[in-house]
Formats: sequence, C-alpha cells, structure tokens
Amino acid sequence: MQQQKNNANTRVVVGMSGGVDSSVAAHLLKQQGYDVIGIFMKNWDDTDENGVCTATEDYDDVIKVCNQIGIPYYAVNFEKQYWDKVFTYFLEEYKAGRTPNPDVMCNKEIKFKAFLEHAISLGADYLATGHYAQVKEVDGETQLLRGLDNNKDQTYFLNQLSQDQLSKVMFPIGHMEKKLVREIAAEAGLATATKKDSTGICFIGERNFKEFLSQYLPAQPGDMVTMDGKKMGRHDGLMYYTIGQRQGLGIGGAGDPWFVLGKDLDNNELLVGQNIHHEALFSDQLTAVNMSFTTNAPNNKMFSCTAKFRYRQEDIKVEVELTPNNGAIVTFAEPVRAITPGQAVVLYDGDICLGGGTIDEVMKHGQKLTYVG
Amino acid sequence: MNRIYLDHAATSPVHPKVIGKLVETLEQTYGNPSSIHASGREARKQLDQAREQLASSIGANDQEIILTSGGTEADNLAIFGTAMALKNEGKHIITSQIEHHAVLHACEKLEKEGFEITYLPVNEQGRISIDDFKQALRDDTILVTIMLGNNEVGTIQPIREIGELLNEHRAVFHTDAVQAYGLLPISVDDLHVDLLSVSSHKINGPKGIGFLYQRKGTKLAPQLFGGQQERKRRAGTENVPSVLAFAEAVAISQQTMEEKRTLYKQFKKTMISAWQKEDMTYKVNGEEQFTLPHILNVSFKGTDVESLLVNLDMNGLSVSSGSACTAGSVDPSHVLVAMFGEEAHELRNSIRFSFGYGVSIEDVKEAVAITVKVIKRLVK
Repeated sequence: MQQQKNNANTRVVVGMSGGVDSSVAAHLLKQQGYDVIGIFMKNWDDTDENGVCTATEDYDDVIKVCNQIGIPYYAVNFEKQYWDKVFTYFLEEYKAGRTPNPDVMCNKEIKFKAFLEHAISLGADYLATGHYAQVKEVDGETQLLRGLDNNKDQTYFLNQLSQDQLSKVMFPIGHMEKKLVREIAAEAGLATATKKDSTGICFIGERNFKEFLSQYLPAQPGDMVTMDGKKMGRHDGLMYYTIGQRQGLGIGGAGDPWFVLGKDLDNNELLVGQNIHHEALFSDQLTAVNMSFTTNAPNNKMFSCTAKFRYRQEDIKVEVELTPNNGAIVTFAEPVRAITPGQAVVLYDGDICLGGGTIDEVMKHGQKLTYVG
Repeated sequence: MNRIYLDHAATSPVHPKVIGKLVETLEQTYGNPSSIHASGREARKQLDQAREQLASSIGANDQEIILTSGGTEADNLAIFGTAMALKNEGKHIITSQIEHHAVLHACEKLEKEGFEITYLPVNEQGRISIDDFKQALRDDTILVTIMLGNNEVGTIQPIREIGELLNEHRAVFHTDAVQAYGLLPISVDDLHVDLLSVSSHKINGPKGIGFLYQRKGTKLAPQLFGGQQERKRRAGTENVPSVLAFAEAVAISQQTMEEKRTLYKQFKKTMISAWQKEDMTYKVNGEEQFTLPHILNVSFKGTDVESLLVNLDMNGLSVSSGSACTAGSVDPSHVLVAMFGEEAHELRNSIRFSFGYGVSIEDVKEAVAITVKVIKRLVK
C-alpha cells in the first residue's frame, strides 16, 4: 500500500492529545511530507464549577503545536461513545469486584474504532498516534511490535487491536526512546516539548481516585480480614482496592507491611496478609476471556509464548490453550504474583504482540483462587 | 485552493471602505474625545457624527446609544444593568431557550444571584409563542430579553407583539439584534423595545465594537466605572477609529439592505433547488417567512456534523454548525435541542450556511457542488 501512493498523496490523521508524544508524531509525519491533519478527541467533560476543563487546556496545546507544524487541526467529540463503551464497562467491572483496564477498552472501541472511522470519513489513509509501539508489514500482514523504548512500550494497551485496525495505523515515534522524542520536540520548539506526561486513568487524571469512583458507585465499607479470618480493620469499599496493593490499608504496627490478597464479595471482606511475597498472592495459571489476535488467530490450539499480566511487567514464559468462545487457559512457567482479574493478559512472540484477553479466573495447582475474583 | 466563506453569521469580512475609514482615523484622529484641546474636539466631532449614524439606523436619538466593546458587552450591560437597577422592584426575568450565550449565561448568572428566570420554549420552527409569554409575564417581571433574529437557525421572533404587550407593563424590554441588524429594517419605536444590542463585526465592520440602544428614561445601572464617557453609563476612552469604521459599515449595510435581501433569497433558492435536483435528503430548519435572509440552517440525514464540517473545510468551504464548542468539538446546539428535543437527529447533522458581503452566485453554486460531493460520499 505505502509504495503505491507517495507521501504527499497519503492523508494521515494524527490523534493529538496535547501531549509531547502525539505532537512529535505529527511533526515527524509532516516532515516526511504526508498530508497531515491533527485531530483532538474529547472523550470526557471534566469542567469544574469555575469553568476550567483540562480538555480545553489540552486542545489549546494542540492548536499551538499544529500552528507550529503548519497543519490543520480539528476536534471531535466522543463523549457519548466513551461513556457507553468504556466508562460503563469500567463501572461494571468495579461493581463485579475486578480491576478494569479502561485504556485497553478505549483503544479498542474509541481510538482505533470510532476515531479511526472518523479519520476515514475525512479521507484519511492512515490514523497515527503517539503510542510507543510499532507496526510492520510482513507477507501482507501487519504485525504489532513492541515500542523500542522498553520502559515505555504500550503494546499492552493495544493488544485488542485487530488486523483490520492495525493495517490502517501508524506509530511514528514507536522506534524511538522517550528521551529522543523530547529532544525532537525541543529542537522543533514545539509548545509541548516540556509538558509533563499525563498520569493515571485519563478521565480521572490527577484527582483522587476514591473520591472520583464514589461519585458513581456506592461504597460499602466492610472488614479487612486475614486468610484465617482474623479481623484487622475496616475497608472503605472493595472497589477501592486491587490485588497486591500495599498503600492505603492503614494497618499500622510493627512487623512486615500488609498487602491486599483478595476480596470476598459475598461477605464484603477484604483479604489481607503480611509479606510482599505472601504465598496467597502467587498463582500459576489463569483463564482469559475476550481473546483477540493482532494477526490471524494461531493455527494451533496450544502454543508457547511469553506474556505480560500488567503494564511494564517483565514477560513470563507461558503455555496457551485456546478454548471455545474466545477463551484461553494460560499456564505460567513459574508462579506469578498478584494476577488481577479484569486486567489484560497480553501474549508476545519475541517482539511481536500476538494479542491478548481479559483475565477472568486465577488458579494455583489446578484450583481456582476464589478470593481473587 | 479558492476558499468559499459562507459563515458570515459567525463573523464577516471587513468592507474595503470600512478599512479605509479605520486606517484614516487611526492615522489622523488620535485625539481623546474628552480632551478640551483642538485634537480632542476633532475626535469628539467625528465621534458624535458616527454616533448619530448609528442612532439613525434604528430610529433612535444619539444620546440613546451606549458604545460598547461588542454584542456580548451590550447584552451583558442590558441584563445586569437592568437587574441591578430594578432589583428592588422585582426579581423575575423572561428570556427564551434559544438566546445567544451572551444572554443565556448572563441570565444563568443572575439566577445564581437569586433572580428567577423563565426560559420560554420554542416550537419546531424556533418561535416562541405569545401565549406562553403572556402566561410567563408577572407583576414582578423586571426584564424581558428576547432576541430579534436567532444566530444559528435565523428564526425571527415576534418582537413587536411582545413590545406592544409590554407597553403597559413596568418590565424593561431588551432585544439582541446582533444577527438581524443590517438585514431587517429596525425601528426601536415600531418594535417598542427599550434596549437593543448591535455588533459591528457581523456587518463588515471591525471586531470589538458595538452598541446598546437605551431608550430615554430606561433605568440602567452601569457595569464599568471610571471616566465620564457615554454619560457615565460605560466608562473608558472611546474606541474612536473602530466607532467611525463601524458607522461606515452601518451606512453601507443600511444602503444595501434591500439588495442583500433579494440576493440572499436567490442564494437560498439556488442551494435548495440544487439539492432537490441531486435528490439529496435534506431539511431546512426553521420556516422561511420567519427566518433571517442570510441564514440557511439545513439538516442532512445520514451525515455527522463533525465529519461533515471538516470535510467541507478540507474542500474549501467554510461553514459552521452554529453550535457552541467546547475544546473545539461540537456540542449539541441548545437552539436545536429547544426546537427538536434532546434525541433529535437534527442535533447531529445540521449545518449553517450564512451569506454576506462578497459572496457571489458562482460561490454559492460552487458551495452547493461541494456539499453534494461530500455528503453523497459520507451518506454512502
């Protein structure tokens, strides 16, 4: 495809967030001579009582950068789609006692679906973003590869993208270290060159997570108990805690710190234990749902590869067995700590991101760990 | 690419004669009209002539004109000025759901301060009903503010009828005429209004200048304090070059009003018949006889406004959705919500064409061709 059209006749819509990564992505594409259009997505309205809205500030940065680069810019509103497809899922998962990953869902349903469709309606050949990931065409198939910057690699969040989606995607900074991206931005004098990276879940931002969630879900405080049933204190609501968490338990006193081991939804109890390596935190197998593959699904129902169970974790060697209805059983070569239902299990073959699914159940020695969900 | 600008309701290009006047005044008339020396007197003389020009365009007296920084300030002065002046006589204000935000947000602010606001609904044509108005009117109503012509859909409201009904009522009657001015003949006595807002940049004048007509004897509490300008109703050294340029634009717009009305009628006809011929699914929002001549708000079923506007822009056609934007994205228009309800498809697929100085029939034909090309691709 790329060879048939020259860059000037190839229209690329860049999803611009107002951050440095997408700014540099747009800048590089423009330098390469593409027909570049910058588009800001507004997915959430956080306008406060003073009329201040982070989206407005971010969009102002998009405007500045696009004017510096010399490309047209527009905005598009996906608040409704985001609410329906991402936020509703987010709340449902918390209600079910799991720890959802809204970024995975946002990429699957909004950025690379609704937004991609919008880009195509504008005559775009490709949608580009500032993700740290790479795509590579091999034998007519588009592979999703890890970003070169291992510390920044975002393929974990992109695991649900299909071949169809990936074939229309560009990641202009995926082959760079973050440091270089900042340098390019500084050299080009882009307005976002020194802008702080955004942290946390996009619609919560830097606000207090507990406070945010409590606006949407009723909190039901309950007991914090050990695996032996010993009461250690009170929790503010199970949804506020995730497996393996240390901070915010408020169990003082001498000895080792305390960790979240699991949740007993029926009794509204938070299971806690001492020691970061508490044996109850470890498991050797999981089941996944919503398995999706970036290329054609593997021919074999069983295969070996590596996997990540949370963002920025080291890969673990695993055996995968695909089960009906897009399910999978993933068996680890070594015990893994704090596998969390609701998070993604993402599979890799070397640098290729094969795809992934949502962690459903967690097992040890063939037994389901009922306390983790 | 040859760009076609059909967004004159948003703002308009400055007429060459107006630019000439602006530059001439910037170069020559630098005096402060409040100064007693010759330079000041010269500025004052020209300012007074300009003010008379503005006043006569609406059948008013020059002392009834308060120069402002534009339509928004005129609306704000009318609303807050009346509310502050009459707050001891009543706290009820009547407006409509389809006002410009300069009126709506000002009313919402007063609501927070303890005033009671009635937002009159509109029918599917965007018109308020006189019956609704009569029912809303109370003894303690101190202000009625209803726009003359809507900026998004172009709907003309029954201002004269309301004005007549208010003849025997204490309430001050304000109309935001920003969008209608220069296209509808306006006489403040005929309309029975006490306050009327006008902006320069909608009629090929410079931005940042406008006026509020204040009928003699109408109470108004000033909102800006300082010097004695505007008879203490609006402090601040007069923007002499802009006022003179504005007056020039007013003169031109008054002279060309009939010509424009005829021309824009033809433009609308051209567009509509072309869409008909192309078998497009379209619907004009609002009723022609109650719509401003220069505004054509159309719903194209099967399109999405955000994609449509960008596609038209990329093809060289500047139009808008006429709705408010947050962070650059299109929010559902409060005007269309008031007309059609929260769930109506028109909210997602309506765009506004608005005509003005410099637009030719060839431009309109070209614009129609662009819309046909783009919409056919998008709907497919």
